[in-house]
Amino acid sequence: MSNVPHHHHDDGHGPELTDVQLRVRALETILVEKGYVDPAALDRLIETYETRIGPRNGARVVARAWADPSYRRWLMEDATAAIASLGFTGRGGEHMVAVENTPAVHNMVVCTLCSCYPWPVLGLPPVWYKSAPYRSRAVIDPRGVLREFGVELPAETEVRVWDSTAEVRYLVLPMRPPGTEDFSEDALAALVTRDSMIGTGRPTTPGRAGP
Amino acid sequence: MNGAHDMGGMHGFGPVRPEPDEPVFHAEWERRAFALTVAMGATGEWNIDMSRFARENRAPASYLTESYYELWLAGLEKLLAERGLVDPDEVAAGHARGQGRELARVLKAADVASVLAAGTRYARPTDTAARFAVGDQVRAASMSPVGHTRLPRYVRGHVGVVRHIDGFHTFPDSSALGGDDAHWLYTVRFAGPELWGADSDPNLAISVNAWEPYLEPA
Repeated sequence: MSNVPHHHHDDGHGPELTDVQLRVRALETILVEKGYVDPAALDRLIETYETRIGPRNGARVVARAWADPSYRRWLMEDATAAIASLGFTGRGGEHMVAVENTPAVHNMVVCTLCSCYPWPVLGLPPVWYKSAPYRSRAVIDPRGVLREFGVELPAETEVRVWDSTAEVRYLVLPMRPPGTEDFSEDALAALVTRDSMIGTGRPTTPGRAGP
Repeated sequence: MNGAHDMGGMHGFGPVRPEPDEPVFHAEWERRAFALTVAMGATGEWNIDMSRFARENRAPASYLTESYYELWLAGLEKLLAERGLVDPDEVAAGHARGQGRELARVLKAADVASVLAAGTRYARPTDTAARFAVGDQVRAASMSPVGHTRLPRYVRGHVGVVRHIDGFHTFPDSSALGGDDAHWLYTVRFAGPELWGADSDPNLAISVNAWEPYLEPA
């Protein structure tokens, strides 16, 4: 897995098309001609993951858990049902488990074998999550990985790494930032970063740019 | 298979490089490769484990140098060719030679939201009792199957503790071959030093989800 995102000049015209662009174009043409795919469904899938299903969904789950202790208990006991109650279900999140950060325990999620990631709450994974450096090191050197994300943990904090090797998907419930006691759920959700729900970051602290 | 995809614990790949404000896709072809893969997956011509095996079953040098969506594209091409859904000469010509065959399902735009929201059922009902209980010590099997498996090499042969019973789930090793069996699935936690020895952070625990055939009493 190459760790470097490929930034092709991708205007889709002319002789500068790369081999991979040509292969994708050929395959789409053939599959549409054969009636195996509906081109409008392709557009809908792309639009869904670019605009509808992403980490703002997970942020709503976390904010609700911070704001409502009974929801938090439900999330920890039956994450699939608690998350479904907010409307986030299905592909890539059929079996959800929430893991909670505390001063004593920091949780971090990886898929060493591929790219398993809780799509309904976080959307599609970033390149680094799918990359060899993260997949290889998250299980053997998680503190070193966290430092690269600007997260320094006390030595006495236990690091728990969750390797997503089945159809179970993990959502990290980060610690609620201090100074947010009066925050509305919407204001809380705005503090929740994608990386804080993977365990490689912390939520934004009000009045301060956080990692 | 003991492939390049099974990366847990390897050294030498360098630092993790997060991209600030990363877009969901980095090129138009990535969008199309993603959507083609999901749409063809929805036809039911193959399952998730066949699709994973198609991506990981390649020469390590290729796996490690191709980008994520290049691997998806290669996997999709392989799955289509294996099933005779697309012939290599059609790919070379860039066009179909004729109408396709009748598929069980074709994903329509109007059904995308409901199909995604429904997902796939991996948990099954069962009359069998789970062999292990929460708190049991278990050893991850020493095994090296040439086919698909979800037991990472870095835990094989090591002892952990069952922390949770996740249900009775489709078994990927047979599902990748078209089989239909399911087994109890557990969350097994390993102490860092058990896996990495004296080089481990002492305050580290790693959990994997492991099906019953991957485990033995310890």
